Amino acid sequence: MATLTEIRWHGRGGQGAKTAALLLAEAASEAGLHVQGFPEYGPERMGAPVFAYNRLSDEPIFLHCHISRPSVVAVLDPTLIKDPGVAAGLADGGVVVVNSTAEPETMRGRLRLDGQPEVRVATVDASGISMDCIGQAIPNTAMMGAVIRVTGLLEFDRFMEVARRLLGEKFRARPALVDGNLKAIRRAYGEVAVG
Amino acid sequence: MTTTAVTTGTVNPNQRRVALTGNEAVALAMRQINPDVVAAYPITPQTDIVQYFSSFVADGRVDTEFVTVESEHSAMSATVGAVAAGARAMTATSANGLALMWEVLYIAAGSRLPIVMPVVNRALSAPLNIHCDHSDAMGARDSGWVQLWSENAQEAYDNVIQAVRVAEHPKVLLPVMVCLDGFIISHALLNLHVLEDAAVRAFVGRYRPDHTLLDPERPVTVGPLDLYDFYFEHKRQQAEAMSEARAVILQVAEDYTRLSGRRYGFFEAHRLEDADSAVVVLGSAAGTARFVVDELRRRGRKVGLLKLRVFRPFPGRELAETLARLQTVAVLDRAEGFSTAGGPLFTEVRSALYALAEDGGRGPASPGAPPLTMNFIYGLGGRDLDPGDIESVFDRLATAVETGSTRTPDTGRVGPLIEYLGVRE
Repeated sequence: MATLTEIRWHGRGGQGAKTAALLLAEAASEAGLHVQGFPEYGPERMGAPVFAYNRLSDEPIFLHCHISRPSVVAVLDPTLIKDPGVAAGLADGGVVVVNSTAEPETMRGRLRLDGQPEVRVATVDASGISMDCIGQAIPNTAMMGAVIRVTGLLEFDRFMEVARRLLGEKFRARPALVDGNLKAIRRAYGEVAVG
Repeated sequence: MTTTAVTTGTVNPNQRRVALTGNEAVALAMRQINPDVVAAYPITPQTDIVQYFSSFVADGRVDTEFVTVESEHSAMSATVGAVAAGARAMTATSANGLALMWEVLYIAAGSRLPIVMPVVNRALSAPLNIHCDHSDAMGARDSGWVQLWSENAQEAYDNVIQAVRVAEHPKVLLPVMVCLDGFIISHALLNLHVLEDAAVRAFVGRYRPDHTLLDPERPVTVGPLDLYDFYFEHKRQQAEAMSEARAVILQVAEDYTRLSGRRYGFFEAHRLEDADSAVVVLGSAAGTARFVVDELRRRGRKVGLLKLRVFRPFPGRELAETLARLQTVAVLDRAEGFSTAGGPLFTEVRSALYALAEDGGRGPASPGAPPLTMNFIYGLGGRDLDPGDIESVFDRLATAVETGSTRTPDTGRVGPLIEYLGVRE
């Protein structure tokens, strides 16, 4: 991996963008990486656009500022792609992963990335997967599976071990959600399409 | 011993590497300290600390009496009462919560009560803003509290544990604030090494006060009327205690290094040995500044960083000696003191440099005047400070080095005393 990977998560309040960033950071930390996971706090309401960020590196991370040149953008809600800010600052060789049923090439056009072939575009039906697996349209865990697949940031089986433990702590009162979310991660890891 | 090693130092094997938010790290330190009393009122962005700690109480993981109160004024009052009665007591707050504690902050310090209080730095209203700046703690700088500042979750955790020993030292007996940046650190999941519970408990020891309200064999009065007959003597003693805190802070840091492998002092001097220019900064911005310094060093520029950890007592002499041989110094303030004569950190740093010049101690390598100083105010209300902002500061310093003056090159006039980074004007 590159020394520093910077991820920007775009979601809507309630879709779990913050949880995704924190879970990914914790899993990456257990895998031995130096990590940061932080949300951007504002006047969040259910459904309002929200952001969260990750920095992952094999060296200590000193930066404590926002991420404006991400190498990975993860979009939890397909309606957010109308905002030109979604692809803003994407570094060359970067990748944008969108929760959508569209093909990657169609999504590339919608993101106005036709002129930037060096940016990869990936899609996965994270909402559909989460409906199937946990009965709710909370696509964050499925999106984590897709992000791990397209970035190769973490070794998948190791990540799943950590995710099982972390989800177990998070859903102590509702253990059924642990297996459902793990299934969602695995399916999205297998189904994500990269253009 | 005035430098701080950052988290890359040797790690003693009695520790676990974890990923926690700044607030989780502080709450963990509080759990390991296991204070007798915690009285607190929630306020963003400190809320998690109180929430996590209350769950430790509910789960029986601490022996603490947890007092829920109706305001921060009451939180600090209850903490004052508990410590006066002989308990080890803590609270935590932010911004307007600290402002509401105001009169009781002075009572805690003037009564010589060793309270430890994490302050999760946040802008003061108005306008209403929940994000980070340092106006809250800077406003309390004259209240008689020791102030330790933290760059990240590791330092917040380490500072809280050390603060107990500093506060309770018989030569100090003063309250200590441990500052960490709201949201930027408090809500960011970061790596740190944490000690075993038993190691922390052994390090902080038991609090055995000499005098307590609940000792009928040796009755004392706390907070009595004290007019022109003795008030001045008590304030003089309080000033002496703050002065004694200097040596105690370094001694506790040394003991903590033996325990943890991490080194702390009054400040961290990063690549200052042969630097021409440096920035002086508090809190999380020091991390971003270190990144920029290392980057500019790769390009051959002689730049450095001084990250202040101890703001009260102010280590003016040590700081001035460290900066004396530089040509230019930029002080970055995350608070607007509205003095029109510079931010609160700037005025203290510049005053320390001036004193050094006066007594002839300009440092061995610099026969000339003390460094030119510039003041930059940044980050109010959580405005982001990115590497480009800090690089622009070093560019301004480079111009000052070239011209030997802080005058603005295009107009030739003396530049403004205070410049604002990242503001729209």
